[in-house]
Amino acid sequence: MADHHGPAQGISRWLFTTNHKDIGTMYLWFSFAMFLLGGFFAMVIRAELFQPGMQLVEPGFFNQMTTLHGLVMVFGAIMPSFVGLANWLIPMMIGAPDMALPRMNNWSFWILPPAFLMLASTLFMEGGAPAFGWTFYAPLSTTYAAPSVTFFIFAIHILGVSSIMGSINIIATVMNMRAPGMTYMKMPMFVWTWLITAFLLVAVMPVLAGAVTMMLMDIHFGTSFFSAAGGGDPVLFQHIFWFFGHPEVYIIILPAFGVVSQIIPAFSRKPLFGYASMVYATASIAFLSFIVWAHHMYTVGMPIAGELFFMYATMLIAVPTGVKVFNWISTMWRGALSFETPMLFCIGFLILFTLGGFTGLMLSIAPADFQYHDTYFVVAHFHYVMVAGAVFSMTAAVYYWLPKWCGRMYNEAMGKTHFWVSFIGFNITFFPQHFVGLAGMPRRIPDYALQFADFNMMSSIGAFIYGASQLLFLYNVVATIVAGKPVSEEKVWDGAEGLEWTVATPAPYHTFEEPPLVPKPAGTI
Amino acid sequence: MGSLRLSRVPAVDTALKLSAVAAAMFAFVFVVMVPLYNVLCDALGINGKTVNQAYTSVPALIDESREITVQFVAVNNDGMPWGFAPDTRVMRVHPGAANGVVFKALNPTDNSMVAQAIPSVSPSRAAAYFHKTECFCFEEQVLAGQSAADMPLQFIVDQDLPRDIHTITLSYTLFDVTDTATDRLASR
Ligand code: HEM
Ligand SMILES: [Cu+2]
Repeated sequence: MADHHGPAQGISRWLFTTNHKDIGTMYLWFSFAMFLLGGFFAMVIRAELFQPGMQLVEPGFFNQMTTLHGLVMVFGAIMPSFVGLANWLIPMMIGAPDMALPRMNNWSFWILPPAFLMLASTLFMEGGAPAFGWTFYAPLSTTYAAPSVTFFIFAIHILGVSSIMGSINIIATVMNMRAPGMTYMKMPMFVWTWLITAFLLVAVMPVLAGAVTMMLMDIHFGTSFFSAAGGGDPVLFQHIFWFFGHPEVYIIILPAFGVVSQIIPAFSRKPLFGYASMVYATASIAFLSFIVWAHHMYTVGMPIAGELFFMYATMLIAVPTGVKVFNWISTMWRGALSFETPMLFCIGFLILFTLGGFTGLMLSIAPADFQYHDTYFVVAHFHYVMVAGAVFSMTAAVYYWLPKWCGRMYNEAMGKTHFWVSFIGFNITFFPQHFVGLAGMPRRIPDYALQFADFNMMSSIGAFIYGASQLLFLYNVVATIVAGKPVSEEKVWDGAEGLEWTVATPAPYHTFEEPPLVPKPAGTI
Repeated sequence: MGSLRLSRVPAVDTALKLSAVAAAMFAFVFVVMVPLYNVLCDALGINGKTVNQAYTSVPALIDESREITVQFVAVNNDGMPWGFAPDTRVMRVHPGAANGVVFKALNPTDNSMVAQAIPSVSPSRAAAYFHKTECFCFEEQVLAGQSAADMPLQFIVDQDLPRDIHTITLSYTLFDVTDTATDRLASR
């Protein structure tokens, strides 16, 4: 091979790179930027909701903020961050020199920033940004949408293409590039969860693209997919959206499961409990996620048989999810535990994600959901699973692998402070939302009844604390990269297992150009 | 993946096959999900959708033992300026018997307009048993400015209507489709 050179210099290194580590780094920084942008929108929302009455923004602008917050966080922050992690880690974990299709890899990243630039630019357009919620139900997003909706649709198309290319690359890598001896059932859990996630993405991102294409046709080409006047049906939109949307929430959480399954064993100094059952549980969750979508639509007027089917199918998901939770706890059981920052975030994940799973179970009860639907209870539920689930695990991943990536150790005291401030701030923000939701406060409103004032003020204070703690995180990461204490042992954490810990620290630009010897099954010490 | 090879490079082969899956899923939305949804809704009466075609009545006994209350609701979609109301709001009918009701429409504007009425039956389980032999909702309705019209509806409630249903509500929402109708004419 000719390319035994280091990275190119200057901006062209980043523009034209096909190196999985460079591309992973770009994904991670991009998603962090989106995390801050989406976080800024959230701060506007919480500032307005600090007190009842209208204080800071117009109701229309408030709706633009909730919409953009959701879209940017889901599609800009969480999803690309895990793709970045996959890029960095999957080749190193399976002993491959790079991703299978490096040039496509470059494209999947570089079409993302323009898509989000376009989405953000709608804020400055005539009629404002999209204001119909991240679920963009028709006819709000068709008949009643601002003209900027066309740019929104185009942005969704592009980021859909990016996700599909990214996942095709991941599947092609895992299926074709494993080092000799790295059988499927020896792969680290993170690789397994990403493989399954990538299949989910290939199956449902095109459905999302179909939904926005129909919107585009209804708006500009006179079709009536979602317009009752022309023989269509707005409820059809919800079916298509959630046929994408429910698998999407597992697309978000499965890689997080993978991360936690790597980190908990490392700081318990014990192999992952029930490796095979973890694989099967992940696969069953992925399968079930295709047959539960209408639990988001209990109140649209489904026949009783439909309500029952979707209710029982949804409850069934709690079984494989429970298997995972018990496996993580069993991994820690009688382990030689230590509580470095990555482990703290994983334990935080374990507790809070389980809480979010429980509220999910409450919501899955169709007759009860008639009360909970579209209240702050739902908001509390999905922030427990998405923030304390996906974002906490992503944070854990950054602390865990950062020393391997840059050869420097982060500041542990600052990391622990970050954890505790995040954990407390998060709970102050979202725990009270369960109560106001049960008491009837609707979601997506800029003003509320007086009896909700105290809990909302608490929520807002918590949100400012949680938001501020992310700046500490940013500072810690930058300070580490620039001037952290150098580390050079290959195995930065004594309990860490896996091929990525057998290469030099910091990880060289090219790794595993010769396939490594795969010693023992994943999970054994 | 199987024995079919799309490329000699294994990774490219996998990628091409997966691209085909993605393309198929995109097509799936249009050629499977949409038609399937419409077929299911029509067949099961989900969403209270009624069949959009005249029902050819079959000779059947009138079930004198049961009386069903049928209520009529007429609403305008937002911005629709027409007057729109049934001449009777409630009717008691026997399953199997033919019945009629007239909806009055008035276009108070100065321009000719086109309207489309969209029906919905509640409870939705009754939709499959509510047969329309004639309905103004089967077609778009054109009304010249400042004019009125009587729009008839003929229907039969099926003898097999589940026993526990005693009241059926038929609701029409009237949409202004003047723009799309003229667009369609213009493009012809
Ligand atoms: C045990 C597992 C879970 C169950 C039983 C469950 C159940 C539900 C139900 C029934 C709803 C609809 C509530 C309503 O709108 O009235 C809902 C909403 C939601 N769930 Fe879950 N859920 C689970 C896990 C998750 C996970 C892992 C995620 C994502 C990481 C997630 C993300 C969401 C989101 C984003 C919404 C709100 C969507 C919206 O309307 O904006 N859920 N969940
Ligand atoms: Cu769901």
